[in-house]
Amino acid sequence: MRTEAILLRPGTTLTALSRTDTADDVALAAGGDVRAFERLYRAHLPKVHSLVRRMAAGRDTDELTQDVFVRLWQKLGSFRGESAFGTWLHRLAVNVVIERFRADTLRRQRYHVGEDIFEVLPARATRGDLSMDFESALTKLPDGAREIFVLHDVEGYKHREIAELLEISAGTSKAQLHRARMILRRHLGGQQ
Amino acid sequence: MDKPHSHIVEQLSEYIDGELDAGTAADVEQHLAGCGDCRTLVTELRAVAARAFSLVDTPPQQDLWDGVAARIVTRPHAVRGIREVARRRFSFTLTQLAAAGIALMVLSGGMVWLTSSGDSRADFPVAIGADRDLPAVAPVRLSETHYEGAIEDLEEILERGRAQLDAETVRVLEQNLKSIDAAIEECRSALAKDPANAYLNNHLAAARQRKLALLRRATALTAGS
Repeated sequence: MRTEAILLRPGTTLTALSRTDTADDVALAAGGDVRAFERLYRAHLPKVHSLVRRMAAGRDTDELTQDVFVRLWQKLGSFRGESAFGTWLHRLAVNVVIERFRADTLRRQRYHVGEDIFEVLPARATRGDLSMDFESALTKLPDGAREIFVLHDVEGYKHREIAELLEISAGTSKAQLHRARMILRRHLGGQQ
Repeated sequence: MDKPHSHIVEQLSEYIDGELDAGTAADVEQHLAGCGDCRTLVTELRAVAARAFSLVDTPPQQDLWDGVAARIVTRPHAVRGIREVARRRFSFTLTQLAAAGIALMVLSGGMVWLTSSGDSRADFPVAIGADRDLPAVAPVRLSETHYEGAIEDLEEILERGRAQLDAETVRVLEQNLKSIDAAIEECRSALAKDPANAYLNNHLAAARQRKLALLRRATALTAGS
């Protein structure tokens, strides 16, 4: 956020300022300003990269993240401001990841993998950074369950939105979310 | 576990998310009142959801901007027409332009040195191949008029549209053009001593093509073509 030379008017909140700043950069970048686009990139990189990493279980994360920003550059002109820019960008990022793996003809089977994962995950982490342990546990979830868990519990999507994005039923989304949580609770067991 | 218990377990995520209808939620709560295992499970599921929500976003270990910049510079907005893209104020990736210029200078200097210091054919397989396998190279002078005309046209267009580019971009652009011109002159000087040298002719043609490409790219971004 570029606040160094900006005088805050009474009542102007930092959040509002940030939104204005982003809106300015979005408009500039949509007009072809590469530097404004780089500011958007830097502001949203951690969020996008983390989303991609979790969705894809660490596979091709950097390449996919670059794909997201290239797609953003191409699509900026279609951003109408009907939702927050960050929300719009997130949806775009999710679509990029989903498209990458959509070619997998076994996608639908990804939601019906056996229960081997219960044997793969350790019952609980006993030491180390708990966040990293949790991130690591995420990567071991079955693909379908992990995508739904990340979208719902990490990113805050609703089941009907997930169903639309992943082309599955809302019921499948709910069942897979529960499955992911049941797996992960074993990992967190005893850490509370 | 009896069937009602396992059925309740399957509904606990929806329960903690508040997605059950009132009647079903009441059934679950009634079950929870008498089932310690399910109460523990509810606590654990809530902990998982809370942990997920509190995950911290982290940037990649290495910056990815260069890769993004390289791709967006060569792939303009799909949603806007070419005319709009050409009109926009545009910044080249300075490192790319500078690197291209330096590479060209080094390459040109090196090649001219190789071909002008002794028998290059003994040391430089590419030159040997060029001499032996390629058909006779068309004399550079034959395309001189076309080349000079194209360069002049493009330079004139660039001059008219210079205001569309920012100062730093213009500076780097001029620096690179200067480097390419120096390479061209170096080739010409070497060719004056060895006019039939196939490698030098090819190299001169390549340098000219680079200059044309650079000018075309710059002018396309400044003019509304």
